[in-house]
Amino acid sequence: MAIAQSSLATARARWEHFPHVADVGIRGIGPSREEAFVQAALALTAVITDPRLVVPREPVSIACTAPSGESLLFEWLNAIIFEMATRRMLFSRFLVALYEDRLEAEAWGEPIDPERHEPAVEVKGATYTELRLFRNPVGEWVAQCIVDV
Amino acid sequence: MDLAPLQKLSETAWELPPQGTMRVPAIFYGSRSLLEQMDDKVAEQAANVASLPGIVRAAYALPDAHWGYGFPIGGVAAFDPEQGGVISAGGVGFDISCGVRTLLTGLPRGSIAGREEELAAALAREIPAGVGARGKIHLDDSQMDAMLRGGAQWAVESGFGEPEDLDRIEERGCMNGADPAAVSRGAKRRGREEMGTLGSGNHYAELQEVTELYQEEIARAYGLASGDLVISLHCGSRGLGHQIGTDFLREMAAAAEAFGLLLPERELASAPLSSELGQRYLRAMRAGINCALANRQILTDLIRKVFGRFFPDRHLALLYDVSHNTCKEEIHSVEGRPLRLFVHRKGATRALGPGHPDLPVDFAPWGQPILIGGSMGTCSYILAGAQESEARAFSSAVHGAGRRMSRNQAARTWEGKELLGDLERRGILIRARSHRGVAEEAPGAYKDVSAVVEAAEAAGLAHRVARVEPLICVKG
Repeated sequence: MAIAQSSLATARARWEHFPHVADVGIRGIGPSREEAFVQAALALTAVITDPRLVVPREPVSIACTAPSGESLLFEWLNAIIFEMATRRMLFSRFLVALYEDRLEAEAWGEPIDPERHEPAVEVKGATYTELRLFRNPVGEWVAQCIVDV
Repeated sequence: MDLAPLQKLSETAWELPPQGTMRVPAIFYGSRSLLEQMDDKVAEQAANVASLPGIVRAAYALPDAHWGYGFPIGGVAAFDPEQGGVISAGGVGFDISCGVRTLLTGLPRGSIAGREEELAAALAREIPAGVGARGKIHLDDSQMDAMLRGGAQWAVESGFGEPEDLDRIEERGCMNGADPAAVSRGAKRRGREEMGTLGSGNHYAELQEVTELYQEEIARAYGLASGDLVISLHCGSRGLGHQIGTDFLREMAAAAEAFGLLLPERELASAPLSSELGQRYLRAMRAGINCALANRQILTDLIRKVFGRFFPDRHLALLYDVSHNTCKEEIHSVEGRPLRLFVHRKGATRALGPGHPDLPVDFAPWGQPILIGGSMGTCSYILAGAQESEARAFSSAVHGAGRRMSRNQAARTWEGKELLGDLERRGILIRARSHRGVAEEAPGAYKDVSAVVEAAEAAGLAHRVARVEPLICVKG
């Protein structure tokens, strides 16, 4: 198990979006699976708003179980989407611990402020499309999927 | 999309004959140009759908089809429960019963002259829209269950609208067979404070002017006159429907192997209609449809209240309400025999032809109104169901233009503020929460809706009745 914490300034860990004709692909890249999960969560926030605009004020605990790393990624992203929707919050800082078939995490964020966050679009769900957790040729972990917006 | 593997059936219909695991052909409707613009994934996904058990006649992709999840968006497929047919959460999608309804004002364009800004501000103020917006009503557990069972009927009984509205909504405003117990607590939590909210993305409330009539007689029957104002709403079942989609996608994907289903994509997640899971999804999905019907009914009430302040003597009658992402149990004629089928329409509209018993009496001679949404700066269309659509695609038609450009590319191509200025100079007032959201939804990010509608007409899926142009658009 390793614990990863997001840092927008980390050189190696990063997130990116990749194109899908109707929706958005999100991808987190990092030296560990945990960091890749953290970065994927930041990529998810970035679909909605600039994560740098979200103040990590309040913590929300998230836990999920799934039989594989990819399934855990699907559950992790959908759990964040659920918390965003029901709490009307956005998150910008994440702590992730991965066990064999379980994820325990904290997401830090604040209530949506339409004026300041200017949220572009809401995310309906993380999908199985392009859902992958793998190591790229330089050994970094990559966590990705398409999210439905 | 590469057309080489397809056989041309007509100028607007192409067939991919069964191959590999396909049980039936895949049929693609659209002009050569529209089909060439489609992603190759559309053909691949239609072929995958054609491989599912119990599929009847063909897997169809309509002229607005694009790459979706499992099923293409703009896809239609019917399954026979007597032949091992399946129901697919992926074949309905996350935005259950997302759809369009159009209200008639009977007012000429000139009636709002000089008051456009005021009206736009009032609509934007009263309609909860955008990410995180809360509705003005809060449902407790028993009200939530009543809403999920009753749909727009519940909304009307709760004071949002009039009984005559129900005759102008698919299923008379209430999808039978919905079961709140099949909907997870999480889904209900997501829906609890979202009733009467528009959502975001391509969802909108738009004041439009009827600018062209193609079929005067049908237009008259629908209550449309050239130069009149109408209001169209595009929204769906909101977070409740999205969560039903997530819940059952997960469960169906996990159960596929046990059902002996070979899924080339997990998003094809399906269950036999005869299974407990398939039946439970049907009941939950129908509750999701009712949520969308109730949501559009509540929003209608908000719009009527705004208009009532500007035009106190004017009643806004409902033209019709159509849903896009559904699976419905319907009787269709297959090889001369009536069969009970479960028709998935993902990003497609039901399009009943003239004389169909489910049509309101007023529309029976003309066919069902089909409301085709544009995107802010582009026109929208009102079509009528065609008789031949039953044979073409189980009485289905297109639902909109369909995207041609990713959101990332659109955000790189346009700048939201400039786009708003350009549209305003064209006389279109947009009220939106986010400049990036506006750029992502730029009209140019979508295919040419007129080309899509012309192809749908040429393919015998529907007839054009009227074209409408946007004047005021409230975006999520």
